[in-house]
Amino acid sequence: MDYFLTDEQQEIRALARQIAEEKVKPVRAELDEKEEFPWEIMKTLAQADLFGLYIPEEYGGFGGGSFDNCLAIEELSKACIGVSVSFAASGLGAYPILLYGNDEQKKKYLPRIASGQSLAAFGLTEANAGSDAGGTATTAVLDGNEYILNGTKQWITNGGEAEIYSVIAMTNPSRGGRGASAFVVEKGTPGFSFGKKEKKMGIRSSATTELVFENCRIPKENLLGREGVGFMVAMRTLDKSRPGIGAQAVGLAAGALEESVNYARERRQFGSPIISFQAVQHMLADMATQTEAARALVYAVARYLDSDPKEISKASAMSKLFSSDVAMKVTVDAVQILGGYGYMREYPVEKMMRDAKILQIYEGTNQIQRNVIGAALIKEAAGKKA
Amino acid sequence: MNIAVCVKQVPDASDVKIDKATGTMVRDGVPSILNPFDAYAVEEAIALKEKHGGNVTALTMGPPQAAEVLRHVVAMGVDDVMLLSDRAFAGADTWATSYTLGLGLKRLDNLDLVICGKQAIDGDTAQVGPGVAVNLGLPFVAYVRKVIEVGGGKMKVERLIEDGYEVVEVELPAVITVVKEINSPRMPSLKGKMKAKKLEVAPLSAADLGAILENIGLPGSPTKVVKVFSPPPKGKRETLVGTPDEQVSALVDRLAGIKVI
Ligand SMILES: Cc1cc2nc3c(=O)[nH]c(=O)nc-3n(C[C@H](O)[C@H](O)[C@H](O)COP(=O)(O)OP(=O)(O)OC[C@H]3O[C@@H](n4cnc5c(N)ncnc54)[C@H](O)[C@@H]3O)c2cc1C
Repeated sequence: MDYFLTDEQQEIRALARQIAEEKVKPVRAELDEKEEFPWEIMKTLAQADLFGLYIPEEYGGFGGGSFDNCLAIEELSKACIGVSVSFAASGLGAYPILLYGNDEQKKKYLPRIASGQSLAAFGLTEANAGSDAGGTATTAVLDGNEYILNGTKQWITNGGEAEIYSVIAMTNPSRGGRGASAFVVEKGTPGFSFGKKEKKMGIRSSATTELVFENCRIPKENLLGREGVGFMVAMRTLDKSRPGIGAQAVGLAAGALEESVNYARERRQFGSPIISFQAVQHMLADMATQTEAARALVYAVARYLDSDPKEISKASAMSKLFSSDVAMKVTVDAVQILGGYGYMREYPVEKMMRDAKILQIYEGTNQIQRNVIGAALIKEAAGKKA
Repeated sequence: MNIAVCVKQVPDASDVKIDKATGTMVRDGVPSILNPFDAYAVEEAIALKEKHGGNVTALTMGPPQAAEVLRHVVAMGVDDVMLLSDRAFAGADTWATSYTLGLGLKRLDNLDLVICGKQAIDGDTAQVGPGVAVNLGLPFVAYVRKVIEVGGGKMKVERLIEDGYEVVEVELPAVITVVKEINSPRMPSLKGKMKAKKLEVAPLSAADLGAILENIGLPGSPTKVVKVFSPPPKGKRETLVGTPDEQVSALVDRLAGIKVI
């Protein structure tokens, strides 16, 4: 399929593809096995100018949008989504600054993120605040010219590796949903440390840790937007970044499909390549169709977001929901097509299937995405009557 | 630090075929690439520039299509390019090539360093680097595997020799050739690729360079290729068969027979 990419977009895709082929594929199994953060690859991506695709030129970026970023994420994800999430989560950490930061804050942090000199991360989730961010217990108390942070964030992607953290904390717990605020906290700030690194089912090269705040003092200037808009910052950030998860899913599904087709052409049973069996062909046909449908949706949503519309939650949720369900199904089918070999670590689809599951969970579970879409449908229908 | 890198477009060695009748390499339909050793030269030049400032110019002598390798190195981060292209350059051996590249390099002002790959994978002579140095009248260090330091108009390097390395100090400007141990060449960057896409390469002709015609191309080449051939496979081969025990005793007998054990 031709999605009529611009010259620049074709270059982005070609470059990300080259890095995926030459730098990611050869090491992905080892990174997974050793649960090792892919620093070498992050440096390559930085040197290739890929970290700032969606950041305006005045802040050191490429001046593109969500779609450009999705193209890079998709290509990297064909090889490994543990690597691509480490790349993409930097964007998740940058969006709060991009969307709500003042000029000074943008000038201070975005060029470092755009150049890849520093990674960023986003800290919302806590032990008792998963799908329901309302359970947030981390607090930020203003004391003179500083906020004092206390509490623990958990399962933060790029935790420990990133230098710039966008963190949500309660400034006024009595106001509930309107009592949260967003802050930038830099690694190395006294009182800010990292808890245990999680052992995971998949995306094992990515780092997932706790962020621990113990009387951590940060300058008042690190508040993003104003007090009380913290959950809004979080929701709008996730709305912006979810097509990126969609792009991870499309890339992963495409990678699994490619492995499956190649294998099915080589593997012979009953005297013929297994791809000659209609049962196998039909599975591959479904995998290919679903992957292409997911890609078309992700591209359409990313392009829509780049036109800066007012309401994006529904479209954004759809792009993540549909593609991550596709990636799960396609990777399970890929293992099936490879049979016993597919179950072995020697073949890449074993890892792909383990990796796929996270896409249905992080940045909002797929149940929550359906809730978002459902709520939008109700709102739209109610709007029509009025 | 102003650095020039000499680069060459070569056929992709992973699928070279020899025409049995003529004994020459089949170039038709073979993709062209940047000479792999030159990628290390380009990387070192860019890394030195990032550290010490200045600019990097890449030169190539070749047909108009050789502009492709210049685009490739611009995508990696090279600032300027120079394409030396003229029918009169055709058939140049390493002598005529060094002379022609030398003329191109003399057009660059305030040059501190010229870097070449140790050799090109199509000719494998390793002569053009030193040839360029002679033409420019500059000191030369071959097979550099590490640049230790640059400063005060000098450069200290490690140069690979058969059973180790030598530390050499050389006055700048100088010419060096580099080996693959020196670095790992970077990927292109997006900004570099966009720049390369828009790059217009105006070739310089023999007349532009003020070249003496009897020094360039085939007429300027003292080396004549008389015959190219694939060496016939040497020696006799034998495969021992049987159980491992039988193979071992057969092998021992054979080795004892030729008195090596
Ligand atoms: C590897 C990894 C990386 C992560 N990275 C980050 C990060 O960088 N930053 C960050 O802030 N967070 C991160 N998270 C957290 C992630 O976003 C949450 O795990 C996710 O939002 C779900 O929260 P939970 O795990 O607490 O599940 P819960 O909210 O406890 O949900 C459990 C189950 O109940 C369902 N459920 C809950 N509420 C409802 C409802 N109202 N209706 C229907 N079903 C419901 C869920 O769908 C799910 O199936 C990461 C998580 C993981 C595993």
